[in-house]
Amino acid sequence: MKTYTYTEKKDTRSGFGAGLAELGRTNTNVVALCADLIGSLKMDQFIEENPDRFFQVGIAEANMMGIAAGMTIGGKIPFTGTFANFSTGRVYDQIRQSIAYSGKNVKICASHAGLTLGEDGATHQILEDIGLMKMLPGMTVINTCDYNQTKAATIAIAEHNGPVYLRFGRPAVPVFSAKNQKFEIGKAVLLTEGTDVTIVATGHLVWEALEASKVLYEKGISAEVINIHTIKPLDDKAILDSVSKTRCIVTAEEHNYLGGLGESVARVLAKHNPTPQEFVATNDTFGESGTPAQLMEKYGLNSEAIIKATENVIKRK
Amino acid sequence: MPNTQQLEDLVTQVRRDILRMVHKVNSGHPGGSLGCTEFLVALYSEIMERKEEFTMDGIGEDLFFLSNGHISPAFYSVLARSGYFPVEELNTFRLINTRLQGHPTTHEGLPGIRIASGSLGQGMSVAIGAAQTKKLNKDTHLVYSLHGDGELQEGQNWEAIMYAAGNNIDNLISTIDLNGQQIDGATDNVLPLGNVKEKFEAFGWIVLEIEEGNNIDAILKGMVEAKTKTGQGKPVCVLLKTVMGNGVDFMMHTHAWHGKAPNDEQLAMGLSQNPETLGDY
Repeated sequence: MKTYTYTEKKDTRSGFGAGLAELGRTNTNVVALCADLIGSLKMDQFIEENPDRFFQVGIAEANMMGIAAGMTIGGKIPFTGTFANFSTGRVYDQIRQSIAYSGKNVKICASHAGLTLGEDGATHQILEDIGLMKMLPGMTVINTCDYNQTKAATIAIAEHNGPVYLRFGRPAVPVFSAKNQKFEIGKAVLLTEGTDVTIVATGHLVWEALEASKVLYEKGISAEVINIHTIKPLDDKAILDSVSKTRCIVTAEEHNYLGGLGESVARVLAKHNPTPQEFVATNDTFGESGTPAQLMEKYGLNSEAIIKATENVIKRK
Repeated sequence: MPNTQQLEDLVTQVRRDILRMVHKVNSGHPGGSLGCTEFLVALYSEIMERKEEFTMDGIGEDLFFLSNGHISPAFYSVLARSGYFPVEELNTFRLINTRLQGHPTTHEGLPGIRIASGSLGQGMSVAIGAAQTKKLNKDTHLVYSLHGDGELQEGQNWEAIMYAAGNNIDNLISTIDLNGQQIDGATDNVLPLGNVKEKFEAFGWIVLEIEEGNNIDAILKGMVEAKTKTGQGKPVCVLLKTVMGNGVDFMMHTHAWHGKAPNDEQLAMGLSQNPETLGDY
């Protein structure tokens, strides 16, 4: 079995900051906007190197989305930065009308997604954003797993013409994906091959899925782990190819099971190859204060939860 | 340069277009459309520097954003009669499988439209963004926007108003259609706006007033003056005092025709008050 290791932990938002800084040097059309969270979004480097291409909008996210939409007219590629909660629910109608329906080339970059921003609690956490964004026609939805992948995705979305929601997080997590990887929107990444179960994970749950696969291997269960960094458009073929072999699937995400990756996978399977599926996701609930590790354990979003879900789904084959 | 009579003729024809468009599909918003007809005609005929061919990026020309998208009949008529698409297409307003959606949109690719609008309060932010891109591109052309007065009840406007002044967006002229009416009645009764002029000034804008917002000469004079106020480090606001339903006597001075179409008899009456000038579509 192919195994993955890491030498350091870094936050995915720093991957965004690094990718944005590189874009600042390579693509003069890229502009950045922030709603009073420069430090949290790690936008400092871009701002230092491109002060004329950075726009501080203050605590006014609705205005930020509208300005970003307007900036595309004349050829700019705006990257907006704030927390995932304030990037989506707070400004849904602005994104819907001025960006998505208007087909504007805006990149909505959202940090502190899910539970793992931790102690700030449910007002600042969001477990509904993937659902909100994937329902918008024409919106691409990406949730990256580590520093390297977030950096690569940030650079890749500048080349994609159309609105994108890029979701990443706050805590330091293992860096295990390739350093200078090429990021292909909509293309799943097969991490380990297996025959007994398919584990499809996104974001912070990808590392947890890899950890789970090691334990499962020792228990004699061969898991195929797939990193679905793009939730929309979903790589239907990768999922269908895998379950045609394993005949059961676990989906894992730091999001509500309603509206998340799991539902998107279930749609594909229901249509083409009905397959037993277990959902590792939050169960229609808000989050709360706590450390990231405590929250992931309490809400069932870690490798133990994936192992349990795998054992359950295999019984249902 | 067309003379005042030619502009008046165009205004009359646009009024006919508006009435016929909303009558045909028994839906749409004639009141606000008629109130802003003179302004849109002046803007597209005289005030804006426009290129003949429409491009989304609009580089090297002035841009206009309609925030109160429900006055689409006036906007569509003026766009068609300014050469962006055939006037015959006005006949397809609000019909299925057409480019003339109920509210303006880029989605069907109608030339002249650069943003969807209809959900209110979003247009000023968009106009500011376009104005900032013009500055980045070293494009000295201006950005114009139009907003309803009731629309100022949407909080996003005040985020945008604060931002534009704080960031010296001085290549933007935002016009507020002060007709004092909204769907549920007089703006003063629904939610009073207070002193709009003082509010914009307090935020740091240059404010001009056009008292006769349905008089072509007054509009031209006011907008020419507004242009001279750009480039001074501040955004420019024009308060345009209009009469809702202007030019059709039974539609004037009331919110009753905000979103209601005339019946056959009312259409005939409205058209008789606005005899054909440039040819119906």
